[in-house]
Amino acid sequence: MAAITFGTQEWANAMKQAIAVSQPYKEAAKNWEGDMYLIVEPDAAYKHRNIIYVDLWHGECREALAITDESAKTPKYRIFGPFTNMKAILDKKIDPVQSMMTGKIKVKGDMAQIMRMPRAAVELVNCMTQFETVFPD
Amino acid sequence: MWYFTAPQVVFGEDALTKLAELPGKSAFIVTDKIINGLGLIDKVKEQLGIAGMQCQVFDEVEPDPSLQTVKKGIALMQQYKPDWVVAVGGGSVMDAAKAMRVEYERPDIKCDEINPFICDLGLGKKCKIACVPTTSGTGAEVTFAVVLTDTADQRKLSLINREIVPDIAIVDPVCAASMPPGITSNTGMDALTHAVEGFTCNWKNDFTDGLCLKAIQLVFQYLPKAVKDGKDMEAREKMANAATIAGIGFVNSLAALAHAMGHSLGGVFHTPHGRAVGLFLPYTIEFMGDAREEQWAEIVRFLGIDIPKGKKASTVLAQAIRGLAKEINEPTSLKELGIPQDKLNAAMPKLMDNVQADGSLIVSARVPNEAETVKLFNYAYEGKSIDF
Repeated sequence: MAAITFGTQEWANAMKQAIAVSQPYKEAAKNWEGDMYLIVEPDAAYKHRNIIYVDLWHGECREALAITDESAKTPKYRIFGPFTNMKAILDKKIDPVQSMMTGKIKVKGDMAQIMRMPRAAVELVNCMTQFETVFPD
Repeated sequence: MWYFTAPQVVFGEDALTKLAELPGKSAFIVTDKIINGLGLIDKVKEQLGIAGMQCQVFDEVEPDPSLQTVKKGIALMQQYKPDWVVAVGGGSVMDAAKAMRVEYERPDIKCDEINPFICDLGLGKKCKIACVPTTSGTGAEVTFAVVLTDTADQRKLSLINREIVPDIAIVDPVCAASMPPGITSNTGMDALTHAVEGFTCNWKNDFTDGLCLKAIQLVFQYLPKAVKDGKDMEAREKMANAATIAGIGFVNSLAALAHAMGHSLGGVFHTPHGRAVGLFLPYTIEFMGDAREEQWAEIVRFLGIDIPKGKKASTVLAQAIRGLAKEINEPTSLKELGIPQDKLNAAMPKLMDNVQADGSLIVSARVPNEAETVKLFNYAYEGKSIDF
């Protein structure tokens, strides 16, 4: 599969497909209820702001969208961070949970649910790394 | 980027006298009824009295402390307004005290909402916390983890935030000298499990490796002696040190699958924590197998055990741990533990769900799927070495 550009609908579709075929995600997130924004914020190395919306429900992804208007949805969770840190996660160079614990990326939402299903978050990130991502110039 | 967090540790004979140097006017002593009945609390109050502190004692912490007990302690603290929380007891007491202290200082954060992503708890403004362990295993005196039981949901809550680490750990071997052999053995297995998992989990790091290895060595050398003769103060002191060292080691790298399974079993069958995690440890080592073969070999070498040609280090280490367990009369299977098979089978969906939801699993070198989790419990029931 060719590399897919982050922030595009094609990327959102690829993520939805990766979730659909991931048995570890299905098991880890079987009780997960809640949609989320995945937000890449601009930093010194990147000028864009990209938002991906995913509606996650009991181990499945019901909808995945590339969002341009942040007010389009009101998701239960927002995971956000600067490009450099988000890219390092997608490149599997840093651990996603350690990144959250050290504040390199931030999470807003129902933390109690995340703490009840921490592996769901890890497996979600694993799904994102099942295909090659490139970022727009 | 990662952190290494540890409190000031005062250790060795007479470490308890450190309490006489604490600055403040009032202390809220958290303990349980057994410890309170043994006279140790009088010694603690005596030292705090020298420091000029008034004391209130809360001795209602039960094994596997519930959220309800913690809430009760918080209500008392809010009336008493102490400068210090002094936890005197085992892991349950220290964990309950750490949780009470958080909500006392930050009433806006309920203790069951403690999570690792909060970066600004700002503790220490209203009170500080000193932990005095009376067992040698949990390491709770130096960890920033709290395990509470949600009795309504039959589930253990593992709550972590590095800001909740105690200010001072007072590790006086005399405080643990009255432990009966059964508690000495199962808490010792807890220390061993911390050290082994801290050395082999995904977040292992250069700062924790040496601590974990040293703790493993101390447990193998001194736990049988401490169980055999509780008056052997050298063994008591070395085990107290091992537990604290392992605590600092594992909390800065985290525990793994044996803890996930132990938490799960404890949440349903109320098995003592150390006994549960220690029982599962050799099975999880076998399950991890090749994923950590280099580390198993390093541990085995450090213990001075030969690896016979053609044998895996994971197998040798698992056997050594089962041998240690047998030597100190700890069960090596769920059958030996006395759990009836029909009850295990009935509880299996809950046990499996608990494991899959446990935070410890995310750093496990190999993560079992649902079917493998069930097999792990079944093999542990039969006492059968893992072969999948």
